Amino acid sequence: MNRHHRTDSQLSSNEHKLNFRKSKEACLSYVQDALLQKQWKRAAEFLTCYVESLEKDYSREHISPSEMIWRIGTEILWHHSQSSMKEFNCFIEQMKTLGVKRFLKVCLEHVFHLLCNGQIDEAYQNLSLAESWRFGEQTAIQDKEMKLIQAYRGLLDYYSWSKQKNILLEHGEDGFSDLAVEQEMHGYFRKAAVNLKEIIKIPGVWDIFVKSYVDLLEFYGDHNEAHQVLNEYAYNSKFPANPNAHVYLYQFLKRQGESKKSLISALKILHDIVPSHELMIDFNTMLQKSKKRKKRRLGLEVIFTALDYAGWKENAKAWSCLARQVKQIVISEKHLDWIKQEWSSRKDWWPAFHFSRYLAKRNWQENKSLSYEKALVAGLLLGKDCKYFKYVSHQGCKAQLKRFRMLKKFVNRHTFL
Amino acid sequence: MDEEDTRDFNERCAQCSEVNWGLTDGGGFYCRSCHNVIERTREVVNTDFITNSRVQTISKGSKKQEKSEGGCEWYVCEGFQLVLKKQVEALEALGVHPQMKDEILCNFWRCYLQKSKQAYCKRPAAEAVKTLSVCESSTDVDSDPERPSVLHLLSLSESEGDLQTDCSSFASSVSKVSESTSVYSGSVDGSLYLMKNQKEKLRMTMPMTLSFCYMALLWMREPITLSEFLRFVVEGHIPYLNVFEHFPEKMKLCGLDLKIFCVESWPVYEEVFNKMHELAAYLDLPRFPDITESCFLHPDMLCMKYLMEANLPDELHNWTCRVVKKIGIGEVDFLTLMPGNKSTRKVKYDVLAAAVIIVVLKLLFLLDDRYEWLLSEFAEERNKNNTEGAHYFEFKRWYEVVKHSLDVKQKKLDEERAKYLWRCEKPLFYSVKKKSKVLKRRQMVVNLQNQFGKLSGSVQRAKKPNPSSFQLSWSEENADGSCFHGHSLKGVLQEKCGLLTAMNPDYWLCTVKLCNEKLCGHLAHYREVEFPQSYHFVLGLFSFLLRIQPSYIHDEVCMIEHKLFNKKLYKKLKYNTVLRK
Repeated sequence: MNRHHRTDSQLSSNEHKLNFRKSKEACLSYVQDALLQKQWKRAAEFLTCYVESLEKDYSREHISPSEMIWRIGTEILWHHSQSSMKEFNCFIEQMKTLGVKRFLKVCLEHVFHLLCNGQIDEAYQNLSLAESWRFGEQTAIQDKEMKLIQAYRGLLDYYSWSKQKNILLEHGEDGFSDLAVEQEMHGYFRKAAVNLKEIIKIPGVWDIFVKSYVDLLEFYGDHNEAHQVLNEYAYNSKFPANPNAHVYLYQFLKRQGESKKSLISALKILHDIVPSHELMIDFNTMLQKSKKRKKRRLGLEVIFTALDYAGWKENAKAWSCLARQVKQIVISEKHLDWIKQEWSSRKDWWPAFHFSRYLAKRNWQENKSLSYEKALVAGLLLGKDCKYFKYVSHQGCKAQLKRFRMLKKFVNRHTFL
Repeated sequence: MDEEDTRDFNERCAQCSEVNWGLTDGGGFYCRSCHNVIERTREVVNTDFITNSRVQTISKGSKKQEKSEGGCEWYVCEGFQLVLKKQVEALEALGVHPQMKDEILCNFWRCYLQKSKQAYCKRPAAEAVKTLSVCESSTDVDSDPERPSVLHLLSLSESEGDLQTDCSSFASSVSKVSESTSVYSGSVDGSLYLMKNQKEKLRMTMPMTLSFCYMALLWMREPITLSEFLRFVVEGHIPYLNVFEHFPEKMKLCGLDLKIFCVESWPVYEEVFNKMHELAAYLDLPRFPDITESCFLHPDMLCMKYLMEANLPDELHNWTCRVVKKIGIGEVDFLTLMPGNKSTRKVKYDVLAAAVIIVVLKLLFLLDDRYEWLLSEFAEERNKNNTEGAHYFEFKRWYEVVKHSLDVKQKKLDEERAKYLWRCEKPLFYSVKKKSKVLKRRQMVVNLQNQFGKLSGSVQRAKKPNPSSFQLSWSEENADGSCFHGHSLKGVLQEKCGLLTAMNPDYWLCTVKLCNEKLCGHLAHYREVEFPQSYHFVLGLFSFLLRIQPSYIHDEVCMIEHKLFNKKLYKKLKYNTVLRK
């Protein structure tokens, strides 16, 4: 055994040695622990000792002390019971001077905090100030943050526009017309539109900007532009996949009274990305009614897939969609293979997932319509001897509810099996 | 008396070129060979002499600094002298005898200056220096507004041309300062200081000031161990961190001075200890005053102290004394420092005493994670049944009590380490360019400290607690029986042939073979996993009290064991680790 090489304890245990760096590392971990446990006083206590790090050169470290202090200080001041907004603002102003490379980021986060606190005007002022900031080449480097700042200012302009619009509508109802308000409103529109248009050109997730911009465009009647914007947002592959984009497009088309065909095509991708989306009911409803076989087939797939998700288990509307379609197919005796296809991958687990005896009892107690629809589906797919159907129909007949008797008769006559 | 005052002045006489100075009645210097009287006086160096144009040219030429208002020229050694002065004053305030300041440390320092000046200047015919000892004169450094430079490192008989080139060549080669390429320091010789060839002499550093102090303390045999002294330093009772705060306004500190005087780590026991020994040898000091049995630093005394602090029974003291006697570590010659003697092992009094206690515990309790608990159970039984008579010492209970206290203290210490503040009000900056930035930063730090300090709630930064020699204290008045001093060891002892011996018949050695300390720095290599938990706990306890790594105590334990079992080890030559006593 080579006993002359250094052992672990001699190399690593430096418990009784201490230097500036180690001391601050330890301090930082105490701060972080306190933050995680929401002990704001304790976090403040240790942060007080940590701030000395600002006086030392850490330029080679990954995250500098100034950034740490900004982020941690923000958390503490935001949550600490004795801290006021005034103190918070004062702190942030100091942080702005600390790191020029982070200046716009700090401004932006400050604005978010102000908005959370309901201080819209202050937020707007800060955004304007930040927008006018120039600092040599940093301005170009922080271009992204600048765009965001402009976008949020545009958003606040939209918000002001919206307020003016509401005032105008109220006055309109009363028969007053207010030129000044109208002028102001148009002014906000122009300011907002310019900035919002810019940001949504850049690939990203800009739900709120898109919505606001489209709202503006619709109000002023520029439906083409609005449609264009929404199409870009939903279909441009450079943009990250975003279910909301499709939802917005769909809602827009619906408002515009577009054809079912275009509405259906708008929801297609949504079904692919989020098969459990609530709009799947609308989707299925439209598809069921379609004359095209392919669409009806898709409809069946859509509703089955939606009901694969636990969140839909007790959705009576969804079950009624499925029940309607299955019933229709069984009666017409056409396309039974569709049901077969959909059921083949589900027959092993849907019975336990949806049609257990326990659920039968519960559904019956809580929601009779739900149990009706489910029983119909269960009876058709699993036969009249399945637990769910037996229980519900029995209960229903016992309670002398007409539709349950009809149900029993119907299932006895038909069944997919 | 003449000799003493003129001894350090070795300038050649202008008239006869002899170096043979005497003092007139008026205190002035005169050449004994030719009776030429010069302006130099014993007490105060004439200011004319100082503002000699040659001196000014030299210092101007070497630096690009502009002298700020009120700034004076000062040399690094002056800075250290001031540091030492502050430190020794603090020690005096703690109760150390004033003789340490006025005589001992003073002389050590002067001796050091003499020795090091011989190799300090690059010139072969290095002239010695006349030091204006701050210690001996009552003039406070601060009070004299026209105080000239205290030290004259530069010989005035040599041409200034040489020195200029020396300085400028150093200036261009040193570039530790990140931004500026020009060497910059508030002191006159900052850059010189850092660049000097360190082979022959010991260059003064901040940790070395502590070595100086400790050396003086040891010479005076003051009742303070090195670990205690360093603990006081860390706790702030002895100026060390940010001691430059005490420098007078005129002594501007910047540039390379920061590298010399700024401290950003706690002093390390081994470093201070080793440097002290180096220093003692370097200064050619004679044998230190004897450490006898009545001395605080004697193992018998220190063992008593540590036994109390560790909450162990007083009866154990008999055993520690026996061990000390048996292996001869209580001998005067073993304990007393003989500088320059490379053959004897340097004695760490505190570590030694702690190690003796641990060996005694091993002797009586074995500490193999089984036997001590067994003994404890017996003692517990016996204590339950006999409520009168002496209470038998129960290892288990002791462990629980001490562990609890230790954990609490350790946790507190850990937090203190994290909350340690390193910076002070006096800002430091490398160059004038950086000054405004540094001041701004400082202001911001203070603002933030105030803002978040208020949010810390009622937890205010406690004032420095008074320095205390005992970190753990146990009182017999406590009704909860948490004090073990008076407990009896009867439960682990037996009588054999009229002598009390341990019931424990076994002993395990920490290591069968000692390493060569000179090769790998240690006598043994301690790894927690290789040793019983009880042993680790006991090591940890003393490691905490002395603020040093457990491995250093482990080394001493090994050393003591090898002395104790010397005969058995070398007779048998077996690699069996369990021996019968």
